Amino acid sequence: MTGASSATKLAQGPIEPAPEPLLEMRFPAQADRLKLVRGSIRAAARMCGFNDTAAQDIVLAVDEACQNIIVHGYKGREDGEIRLNLARKQDGIQVILLDTAPLVDPATIVPRALNDIRPGQLGSYFIREIMDTADYRPRPDGAGNLLEMFKRLDSTPWQAT
Amino acid sequence: MASNLNHADNQDVLRLAGNVDLEHSPEIRKTLLDAVAERVNVFVDLSEVTYIDSSGIACLVEALQTARDHGANLGLISVSRQAMRVLELARLDMVFSIHDDLASALRAKT
Repeated sequence: MTGASSATKLAQGPIEPAPEPLLEMRFPAQADRLKLVRGSIRAAARMCGFNDTAAQDIVLAVDEACQNIIVHGYKGREDGEIRLNLARKQDGIQVILLDTAPLVDPATIVPRALNDIRPGQLGSYFIREIMDTADYRPRPDGAGNLLEMFKRLDSTPWQAT
Repeated sequence: MASNLNHADNQDVLRLAGNVDLEHSPEIRKTLLDAVAERVNVFVDLSEVTYIDSSGIACLVEALQTARDHGANLGLISVSRQAMRVLELARLDMVFSIHDDLASALRAKT
């Protein structure tokens, strides 16, 4: 092996194990279906090692992301579908949501300001507050949107002061 | 789901129960707005709320603002653990008047 190729290999660091799939669901993008999904998200979070409070927070974040798809993506269209993939990583839980709604510009997804108590935009605020990462991008197949979220096991849960 | 526990001349006690979510928030919003438009004091009992999301929180915020516009009061009583967690996440636990129960809410008003 040449020195250059060794340096390249070192720079790449250790290979991270692939996420372990826990659950894949497809469901109609309708408000009354979300209660069917919440229990599974909570159970998956607990399986990954999150405590009750953190698991409930993750349920809220994923539920809000689904609501955004229903309300802002499909705009109430009842023939839309949401795909939810939950996977366990060494250090937390990975959540992927896919839809076939028109492409969303991530720059338009703005959480509310902290001192703004008007109704609305709270959903995106909860997602940013609870999850460690939330990455919006087009689906690789170009058929809609993909939201990839991650919550680390060791991230400090938000505490009231 | 919303139900009226106590209806006096200038006071309503509304109990929200179960899922206060996107599915049920349109009905809950109407109930809360009707109450604050007609009463001076409205207390919302959240003891049986098992899940509340941003749409449910938005209903409470809108009802609070409407109450203030009408010179009425809106308070939260017996807030469940899940509902309190979400209010805290939204930094709204210091915005609402929150009481352990109806008796302490009424004492606070006198």
